Amino acid sequence: MTFKKTLLGAVLGCTVSLGAIAEEQVLNIYNWSDYISPEAVSRFEKETGIRVNYDVYDSNEVLEAKLMSGRSGYDLVVPSAFFMERQIQAGIYAEVDRDQLSNYGNLDGQLLKTVARNDPDNVHGVPYTWGTTGIGYNVDLVRERVGDMPIDSWDLIFKPELAAKVADCGLAVLDSPAEVVALALNYLGLDPNSEDKADLDKAEALLASVQPHIKYFHSSQYISDLANGEICVALGYNGDVLQAQDRAASAGQGVEIGYSIPKEGSLAWFDLMAIPADAPHPEAAHKFINFVLQPEVAAGISNFVYYAVANTQAQPLLNDDVRSNPGVYPSEDVKATLFAQNAHTAKFDRLLTRAWVRVKTGR
Amino acid sequence: MNTISPSAPLATGRWRPSLQWLQGRLQVGRGLVASVPTLWLGLFFLIPFAVVLKISLAETAIAVPPYSALFDWDGAVANLSLNLGNYRFLFEDSLYLDAYLNSIKVAAISTLITLIVAYPMAFMIARSSPGRRVVLLSLVILPFWTSFLLRVYAWMGFLKKNGIINDLLLSLGIIDQPLTMLQTDFAVYLGIIYTYLPFMILPLYSTLEKLDDSLLEAAEDLGCRPLQRFWLVIVPLSLPGIVAGCLLVFIPAVGEFVIPALLGSSDTLMIGRVLWDEFFLNRDWPMASAVAILMLFFLVVPIMLLRNAQGRKEEAA
Repeated sequence: MTFKKTLLGAVLGCTVSLGAIAEEQVLNIYNWSDYISPEAVSRFEKETGIRVNYDVYDSNEVLEAKLMSGRSGYDLVVPSAFFMERQIQAGIYAEVDRDQLSNYGNLDGQLLKTVARNDPDNVHGVPYTWGTTGIGYNVDLVRERVGDMPIDSWDLIFKPELAAKVADCGLAVLDSPAEVVALALNYLGLDPNSEDKADLDKAEALLASVQPHIKYFHSSQYISDLANGEICVALGYNGDVLQAQDRAASAGQGVEIGYSIPKEGSLAWFDLMAIPADAPHPEAAHKFINFVLQPEVAAGISNFVYYAVANTQAQPLLNDDVRSNPGVYPSEDVKATLFAQNAHTAKFDRLLTRAWVRVKTGR
Repeated sequence: MNTISPSAPLATGRWRPSLQWLQGRLQVGRGLVASVPTLWLGLFFLIPFAVVLKISLAETAIAVPPYSALFDWDGAVANLSLNLGNYRFLFEDSLYLDAYLNSIKVAAISTLITLIVAYPMAFMIARSSPGRRVVLLSLVILPFWTSFLLRVYAWMGFLKKNGIINDLLLSLGIIDQPLTMLQTDFAVYLGIIYTYLPFMILPLYSTLEKLDDSLLEAAEDLGCRPLQRFWLVIVPLSLPGIVAGCLLVFIPAVGEFVIPALLGSSDTLMIGRVLWDEFFLNRDWPMASAVAILMLFFLVVPIMLLRNAQGRKEEAA
């Protein structure tokens, strides 16, 4: 169910891109939903005179399918690093020309090194933001059901007794087999990047044991549902949960949303700006990347989307509630518990998807 | 070519179309009329079908596009490699059969309920005065003016926990706990029935409208009670409309993807969902194509046989 916004985006996007005029300079961006501050786009348009067509998706799979069909027409896309690994092998990305990126030096060298495991030598991608996968929860509704225990463990989702307690107020899980299975493996004390069939079976058994308590699997629906009390627990992305927190606070209905990176450790993921090999306007794409690398633009995006930017110069410009938010910029201790994902082989992907379908459909 | 050129008869000075010329014209016209649907079918069905069939016989590859080529030319030898493994796999794994059977179940139940809901509506419309008929028919068609996707989203607003229906029932004191309606099978059936209702009403209306009143009067004169008259006269006469409407609802409902994905729960296993997973999660375009081809085969072939049998029966009668 990872396509709701994508469908809507595609519908809206089509109407926009049809209106493109030949002489005008255009940049076609395809980015995650709710993933940029609107000011950033309008400011870029004003400064450069390039008109931006902005489409959104909410899953790596949808992005990959579009790019793999070829001639997507997009100039700039933002895949996650572990998805990008295989896409690079398929040759769908152009190399990024660092000579056109005067602000490249603002990037955090440590983070570039981490990302290089998926994108060797950082040739094809420029870090956009990074984040974690964790537990978003409605503080009051969860406390009513599990008492005053701290929400700092995956037990809340992966232990059937606890999951059962929050089932009636709504438990949502990302519809992303690779990530959720990696988290389940990690919870079981196994290697999250394992491709061993026996390990996968164990993860499947764990997920199947909590499946009856899960309301739905979806990768973006939980943002608004968490904010308006439709669900009370979500296995989701940090920035999305914090956006829900923000929306709930501004709605003033007294809904308080918390985010926790469980102590067993969790996934860190990195989204990279990349230029498809067949992009019609690669220069405009470079201009946009360089624009985003400016400290004040990067800080503006981070302040708006509640995801961390890999821009060292942007740190002083962040709002206090973002910089000091452990959900956005976790402490070094918490960072040490995070792990990254590798791309899976096609054979393992098939096993994974099959296991995922069995889990979701409860058979 | 001469026969279609009007210049020959015109050259005589007095324009008098010869019989031969007229016949030629007619033939060309007939050919033209027949060629439009043929062209349409070829362009929008057969060519895409051939492409999908081709992909279903390939193997996955990490490339753009992500499958192997069927033809391979190394300068001297042409190789044709057909991979039937995808089809074999479909029969080995029970998931596909389960999904297919469940899709048929959901589609069949929805079709039946749609028929039950649509029949009285179509009957009413057909029996009302011509002026009202236009209004009622346009009301049936009116929802098409908004995007189907937006209408399904609207249903989400109605059905969700803090949605319009729950708010209304709560404020009226009919319930004290919000009902769970979204992400249930109920919501899927509701969505399908709502969406496809016009496709059932319109063919039913067109047969019911032609219903000859004198036949009903005759039935009454011969002693039929109203219910009998309905079963013995009206239903058999509207059978073509019922069959057409049911097919128009059933066929797209089997492959329905958007409605179960938006309104259904994750355990609603339907073939459209399996296709999506094959394509997007496994990135296995050949397997996804094989699923699509087999679905078409198992769905369309029985229906075509049914139609043929029916056609023959009608001819015999």
